[in-house]
Amino acid sequence: MPDNLWVRCPQCRELLYAKEQESTLRVCSKCKYHFPVSAHERIAMTVDEDSFREYGQGVRAADPLGFRSPSQNYSEKLTEYAQEAGTNEAFIYGTARIEGQDVVIGAVEFKFCGGSMGAAAGEKIARAMDLAVEKRYPLVIFAAGGGARMQEGVISLMQMAKTLAALDRLRDAGLPFFSVMVDPCLGGTTASYAMMGDVTIAEPGAYIGFAGKRVIEQTIRQKLPQNAARAEFLQEHGMVDLVVPRAELPATLGRLVRLFVSCNREERRPVGEPARV
Amino acid sequence: MVSLLEFETTLRPLESELEEARRVGGNGHVDSAQERLTDQLRRIYSDLTPWQKVQVARHRERPYTLDYLQWGFTDFVELHGDRSFAEDRAIIGGPALLNGRSVMVIGHQKGRDTRENISRNFGMPHPEGYRKAERLMRQAEHFGMPVVTMVDTPGANAGLSDEERGQAEAIASSIATMLALRVPTVAVVIGEGGSGGALAIAVADRILMLEHAVFTVASPEAAASILWRDAGKASEAANNMRITAQDLKYFGLVDDIIPEPVGGAHRDHAAAASSVASAINSCLQGLSELPIDELLAARYAKYRNIAFFSE
Repeated sequence: MPDNLWVRCPQCRELLYAKEQESTLRVCSKCKYHFPVSAHERIAMTVDEDSFREYGQGVRAADPLGFRSPSQNYSEKLTEYAQEAGTNEAFIYGTARIEGQDVVIGAVEFKFCGGSMGAAAGEKIARAMDLAVEKRYPLVIFAAGGGARMQEGVISLMQMAKTLAALDRLRDAGLPFFSVMVDPCLGGTTASYAMMGDVTIAEPGAYIGFAGKRVIEQTIRQKLPQNAARAEFLQEHGMVDLVVPRAELPATLGRLVRLFVSCNREERRPVGEPARV
Repeated sequence: MVSLLEFETTLRPLESELEEARRVGGNGHVDSAQERLTDQLRRIYSDLTPWQKVQVARHRERPYTLDYLQWGFTDFVELHGDRSFAEDRAIIGGPALLNGRSVMVIGHQKGRDTRENISRNFGMPHPEGYRKAERLMRQAEHFGMPVVTMVDTPGANAGLSDEERGQAEAIASSIATMLALRVPTVAVVIGEGGSGGALAIAVADRILMLEHAVFTVASPEAAASILWRDAGKASEAANNMRITAQDLKYFGLVDDIIPEPVGGAHRDHAAAASSVASAINSCLQGLSELPIDELLAARYAKYRNIAFFSE
């Protein structure tokens, strides 16, 4: 049996026909496990066909600390990450349309250094927010990753402050931010912009929280139950608004954009521009 | 005598000499023994490695927020509770006077002994701690009080109940609130600035750091286990991550370094507190002169413009 024809679901062990993966949006048809997908795929699955225009591709990580160790040379690693991920950084963003409505949309690319928020990724997230303010579009971000990028030290930590400073401007402009948290979404990602969505959405089964599973298990010295800190657990504890399966996301976001944009207050709209409905 | 760290063992014979001189008497002997000890201390502390600074920052006799309040401020009234779930003793706060001015002081608080450490959870806040901090920040804003924070935590607590009560949301919200406060803000990293749990109360108009304090994206142990799956390589991580006050000043991530007494703040709480109080005071004097909208624009620019990428 050739490997590339079938995929095994890591959750229910079912063999899935690889060709069907695209039509099922990489969701297991038996147990509804949501397979990881790339940042570009996520955006393509969500927005109107061919409506995505990417911005900021030239922003790349530098090696500000000159991070060296016998086992790892950060500047060389960056080239590897880019090859593995097919993106220049751990975040991509641009403009697109959802059900015909303009949005700024971005997504964390987990394959680039675990989707961590180095200075370049943080800058791109902040620029996505700036772009939403400039264009007066709502903002949608697929948030993921653990936040901190060790090789950039406190510069990486400060991206939490940078993204929240930029988000404050979006809030002042009266524009909504829809945060969609996907597996895994942790640490500096959730403890900054991801949890500050006007509406927070989680993908089914996604691990979302502050600390990773292993860290919690070390702290409490016991095994975590299977559902702990998963999307549904978070919703039960009042931490996210919605748990939305991948297939329903375009319609949910489309409706939210309509609801939040049509109520946008008159004085906040630039002169001469009609209300978007 | 304070307890010695592993790199301070050369002090032991000098300490014995000083004790001997005191026992025998004779001012000349005491003075010269004291001088030799101070010289050696100065030599050691002028050339600490990052990993050694981690040990100094974690020294169990290092002054904590309450010590700075005792020695550098007056009339502190501690306020308690987050008004929604609990009181968290890993973060303390309340109004106090600094040079005759009311300020809201908020800081992480470690315990001095095992019993106190258990009640303060080793300075690792739960969500309630950050929600209390945020409540006090808003109160300060309401009354036009500047906010002074003291940062000293290994990190936010990482238990399942913290997840249930929204640790990440509590930290994010605290950062967002602090960035938008319409009063001047000063943060002082007094010991360990550990990760997001530290940043939650550190995003001020001015960030100051004590000479031997450290500020890390993750504790050296955690970083080593993430990078190399080996927490034992903590010293290597510490030496690579640029965590010292001097490094962070070089990168412009902190505004000023507050000198510590010879041999570290733990050797003289009163002197350390006096330097900290006067550094905060001079920051506040400058910040208070700015119109609030200018202050907020400058604060936004300070954090939005952190660069270090290429294009």
